[in-house]
Amino acid sequence: MSNLIGHYNYWVVIFLMMAGFYVVIAQGNLVKKIVGLNIFQASVFLLFISMGNVEGGTAPIIMEGVTRYSNPLPHVLILTAIVVGVATTALALALVVRINEAYRTVEEDEIHEQDTSF
Amino acid sequence: MSNPAQPYNLVLRVAAKMLIPLIMMFALYVQFHGETGPGGGFQAGVIFAAAFILYALVFGMGAARAVAPDRPLRVLAAFGVLLYAGVGLASMLAGGNFLEYGVLAAEHLTGQHLGIFLIELGVGITVTAVMIIIFFAFAERGVRP
Amino acid sequence: MILLGFLTVTVLAVIRLRDLFAVVMLFGIYSFLAAALFVTLDAVDVAFTEATVGAGIASFLMLGTLALTVRREKARPTRALLPLLVVSSVGATLVYGTLDMPHFSDPLAPVHLTVAPHYLEAAAQETGVANVVTAVLASYRGYDTLGEVIVIFTAGLGVLALLGYRKNRKKP
Repeated sequence: MSNLIGHYNYWVVIFLMMAGFYVVIAQGNLVKKIVGLNIFQASVFLLFISMGNVEGGTAPIIMEGVTRYSNPLPHVLILTAIVVGVATTALALALVVRINEAYRTVEEDEIHEQDTSF
Repeated sequence: MSNPAQPYNLVLRVAAKMLIPLIMMFALYVQFHGETGPGGGFQAGVIFAAAFILYALVFGMGAARAVAPDRPLRVLAAFGVLLYAGVGLASMLAGGNFLEYGVLAAEHLTGQHLGIFLIELGVGITVTAVMIIIFFAFAERGVRP
Repeated sequence: MILLGFLTVTVLAVIRLRDLFAVVMLFGIYSFLAAALFVTLDAVDVAFTEATVGAGIASFLMLGTLALTVRREKARPTRALLPLLVVSSVGATLVYGTLDMPHFSDPLAPVHLTVAPHYLEAAAQETGVANVVTAVLASYRGYDTLGEVIVIFTAGLGVLALLGYRKNRKKP
């Protein structure tokens, strides 16, 4: 079962991803959907960073006497991704506020009802 | 808001007055030590904006607006992006490619340090201004006339 | 690991709860636990950014949205089976995809052997910066960081355009 020992943390992170994805597609409240989307994003970042880890290595800051570092390239990618993610979340939340003012609700099925009942 | 008969508000005000300068100092430390430790422009910008948000939470939006009016904030947000692109253009004017910092100074390493310092500063300024703008936009939306 | 167990419990609680204030607080806890996990995985810059941005700004904006909208979620009468099926099939496909991956933290994985050693060895001499992540972000891949700053600026513009500064919106 070396597959299990070497891969189990990838599988746990995939479970977290799928739980966040489930919140996005199954729950009806718009604000909760956005929370689920952010949980999904954070789990994807966990997956990437755990792929860049090197056993026995340390943080990629050059110091005296250290020979093995973790891979810095996933860190750079995820740093950009986190900041872009919060920019998207801010815009999505602003849209939810405007939807609430226009439709008087943030539940998905009530909004759909109001749209199709004209 | 300035009623000393409300003890919980007094504790918040005193604690905020002591914490806000420390938060700003820490943000500046993170900004300028991004080269030798973890940190850099993004984290420093967010921490600096957090100081302003704390001020707005404890002392009210009116006082926060007096400290950070909207026109200078918008100018600062644009200025950070322009600083970043300006460093790239300056290196093109000095003979190199876009964003090649080595040609900005006489020595290659000095040019690199100068270029990285300036662009991290631009990133920090823009992130601070944009985070404060977003927070103020959310906070003032529900104000009844 | 213990942190992964906490994360799982937090996500399950987010699915079950209907009080949105508690959901946003749990999201803040989730973000902070993810930052702690990043520290144990030797990603200190990423942990710093995730803690400030995820547990700070994102939770804060969600609370601001809650103040402008509703506090509780409406109760759903039925339990849909289709989303569970979709989620399980996607998850099973992803797990099948990870079976070919190298073991966790294997130093001989192909991703560590081609580009990363060059950056680790050359960053100190070519840029004079000790933090390799900052060197790559600001010097080797500086163009992408310019795009990132423009994205943040555009988000600020978008929020300004949507929520403006007019103070004459009455809550219904």
